[in-house]
Amino acid sequence: MSHEAVLHGDAHGHDDHGHHEHHDTFLTKYVFSQDHKMIAKQFLITGMVWAVLGGLMSVLFRLQLGYPDSTFPFLEDLLGKWAKGGRITPEAYYALVTTHGTVLVFFVLTAGLSGTFANFLIPLQIGARDMASPFMNMLSYWFFFAASIVMLSSMFVETGPFSGGWVAYPPLSALGDASPGSKTGMDLWLISMSLFVVSSLLGGLNYIATILNMRTKGMSMTRLPLTIWALFFTAVLGVLSFPVLLSGFILLIFDRNFGTSFYLSDIFVNGVGALPNEGGSAILYQHLFWFLGHPEVYIILLPALGMVSEIISINSRKPIFGYMAMVGSLFAIAILAFLVWAHHMFVTGLNPFLGSVFVLLTLLIAVPSVIKVFNWLTTLWKGNIRFTPAMLFAIGFVSLFISGGLTGIWLGNSALDIHLHDTYFVVAHFHIVMGVASMFGMYAGIYHWFPKMYGKQLNNTLGYIHFWVTIAGAYMIFWPMHYEGLAGMPRRYYDFSIWESFKQFGELNKFISLVSMIVFMVQLSFLFNFFYSIFKGRKLIDPNPWKSNTLEWTAPIHPGHGNWVGEIPEVHRWAYDYGKDGVDFIPQTTPVGADESQH
Amino acid sequence: MTMFLTIAVVVLIFVVIFQIAKVSEYVSVLKGEEVSRKQSNKINGFLMAAFLVLGLVGVWYCNNLLFDKTLLAHDSASVEGARVDSMLWVTLAISGIAFIGTQALLFIFAYKYQEDANRKVVFFAHSTKLELIWTIIPAITLTILVVIGLRNWFLFTGEPPKNAMVVEVTGKQFGWIYRYPGKDGSFGKKYYKNIDNASNSLGLIWDDELAHDDIVMEQTVYLIKGKPVKLILGSRDVIHDVGLSHFRLKMDAVPGIPTTMWFTPKYTTKEMKEMTGNPNFVYEISCDQLCGNGHYSMKGIIEVIDQEEFDAVMAKQKPYYYTAFPEKDPSAAADTTVTAAVIKKIN
Repeated sequence: MSHEAVLHGDAHGHDDHGHHEHHDTFLTKYVFSQDHKMIAKQFLITGMVWAVLGGLMSVLFRLQLGYPDSTFPFLEDLLGKWAKGGRITPEAYYALVTTHGTVLVFFVLTAGLSGTFANFLIPLQIGARDMASPFMNMLSYWFFFAASIVMLSSMFVETGPFSGGWVAYPPLSALGDASPGSKTGMDLWLISMSLFVVSSLLGGLNYIATILNMRTKGMSMTRLPLTIWALFFTAVLGVLSFPVLLSGFILLIFDRNFGTSFYLSDIFVNGVGALPNEGGSAILYQHLFWFLGHPEVYIILLPALGMVSEIISINSRKPIFGYMAMVGSLFAIAILAFLVWAHHMFVTGLNPFLGSVFVLLTLLIAVPSVIKVFNWLTTLWKGNIRFTPAMLFAIGFVSLFISGGLTGIWLGNSALDIHLHDTYFVVAHFHIVMGVASMFGMYAGIYHWFPKMYGKQLNNTLGYIHFWVTIAGAYMIFWPMHYEGLAGMPRRYYDFSIWESFKQFGELNKFISLVSMIVFMVQLSFLFNFFYSIFKGRKLIDPNPWKSNTLEWTAPIHPGHGNWVGEIPEVHRWAYDYGKDGVDFIPQTTPVGADESQH
Repeated sequence: MTMFLTIAVVVLIFVVIFQIAKVSEYVSVLKGEEVSRKQSNKINGFLMAAFLVLGLVGVWYCNNLLFDKTLLAHDSASVEGARVDSMLWVTLAISGIAFIGTQALLFIFAYKYQEDANRKVVFFAHSTKLELIWTIIPAITLTILVVIGLRNWFLFTGEPPKNAMVVEVTGKQFGWIYRYPGKDGSFGKKYYKNIDNASNSLGLIWDDELAHDDIVMEQTVYLIKGKPVKLILGSRDVIHDVGLSHFRLKMDAVPGIPTTMWFTPKYTTKEMKEMTGNPNFVYEISCDQLCGNGHYSMKGIIEVIDQEEFDAVMAKQKPYYYTAFPEKDPSAAADTTVTAAVIKKIN
């Protein structure tokens, strides 16, 4: 306790002077803010809005999958011609599936996750007053905002939003005559995504520059908290892979609007006739897309890996086990992320030798992943575990990461993938390991850093209910889907009733839909907890509520723009001195004592 | 009315939960933060153990309920598919052990090492030996899986046996067109700009004599039990995918870039009806690549039959050339009966 007292006495005293925003207007403080903390909150809340919309979409299409023969009059009130007679049309179903995927992958789990925590934590945890370029940072959010508006508006065009799947494979995505969703809706989708790429590049460059150049005195790279390492690799992945996606999109825009044939060849569309395009390759797009698409999976996952490492260590009151191995495995995952993209393309007629290389590299990813899992387990081992809501979600993350990671071994092995590709097995796999797991990482982060963001506390009881219902529900939704996949049941089907091979799961689909609705509603209770606590939550009294070592907790409870009053604290040790020499925790700012043991 | 009731109940549940949550905050203020924190820590610790037990029971229950509905309940319908199945079992065994082991450790540790005022934590930050163990063991295990996988992969993607029959499968929104090479054993050339839905659905080049005896069918394709078949896949419009779940294989059908797959059907459709105990059983081709709004209804049928039955079916087919040029059909008179036979077969 003595450490804490020494450290925070100062922060308490100056709490009221911590605000430097007297000359800020409402517009510069809350809207066009250049303060990384405000930008983080903007990303978070925009991400939450998208998460609710995206989640609602999944509930709507689960309604169709679970109750294909029923009609729901309220759907017609809600969706109009897209649910004539109270049943979602195939057009609407595919639009919902596509938008759900796009929004959750990019707007929620990329912008909402990286955007929030990279912005919030990087300056606070490395000891910087703000990002390297606060202005670029602000632009990053507003490009995201613009992307959001364009995506939202695509849902209101006459021909409907894009409906060809979030991967947007041409020729389907290139030909308005092949699918009404590929008309104006697709143009807007491409504009929105291009704006999004710009946003993510502006953000990513900033994160990298800040981490490399603006660490406080004593904060060497090997003293960085694992969150920062994870966010660093995430930013590098984004900066190197998003431009490739953008190039792929630009070629697609050309094919759609200017008569080029990058992706088009030998096409005859019913009702239109033969198209003039010859010599293009539809597979080329898939290479360009997955060159981002696979790193994107890790862009989503890495921040969660970092935050979970941090939260598990803090709440086990033990140092993270194998810090260097944790950094090394993040690095290995980041490198391998660029070398495995074609495992999404095993059934495209890929050269078999090339395929074999991708099998080998894909399964290699299991090695750093196993290292991470065992390091977390060893961190828990003989710890003194406090189940804060953040810790619960971190443990849930590990469980989901194991479950979803293991099925990756099935799908990464091409000979098995030929059987399981594009079935519900894949749906189960990526939802568990990338979707729900990263969402858990994000929840863990929100519960953990909420007191730092708003100076208030979230309600714990609601947090516990939120966690237990969500993890049980997530497994009940996605575990049985493995069996559907093992029956060969294809994903992206509007209705299975005409299929002799797949119609045996009617009851199960009903069950899954029901659980997904309950889980969705529990997420709403989290939202209530979040917004209620911002205004009415109990005030934070202890500036370091989790007894954590990292720098953000040395800042005042309500840090102003600039984060610290007076000098930026100096760092003397790594972030994980928990339980060292019998001392519960030793903040990074505490100088190394003469009689302290080496580790 | 039910709608209104449901909403009312949901709102009520929400309100109750929020009240409980709010009350718990007041209680903790009254009882002392530390005391109530420790109490909820105990509850969550217990729930960790309970979750593990209930979860494993759930996994077992789910398996009992659903296993028979998967393809694994019956033998693979292709000779090569049996290799997929055996590989699947090996992978399941390995990942199953890893799954139960790590999940058990995770939740048991969480339960066992929940906060206890008397416990002194161990400052244990790294151990090269341990880390080497859990790097090397998975690396070796994965090498085994890669070796098994690649042997199968090269077999599946390699050349089919010499005696394989060849069938061309072309996807279109939203159905399949099949083409047999006819008596000469070779496909005639085609060019997509010749496509005409009425008389030339594949765009065959009639100047190419090899095309004259090609047989074109829709809906049902006939394969021979025990005879390897090579499928040449293509698409007329967007990307489709020939999903053959009973044969454990699938491959994309891409416009402009032909792809191939091959396998050896092991059981006739009739035999599968008996094996599965399902009198309605058919081999279905499912489109496994989102191809538009009718994607979910893009179904093809494979009928696996004996060589003799196959010969009989083929004898009744007439070359597609005569559909385009009925005047050149020598057996124009017999035309109606053949069509009737084909239609009967399809139904």
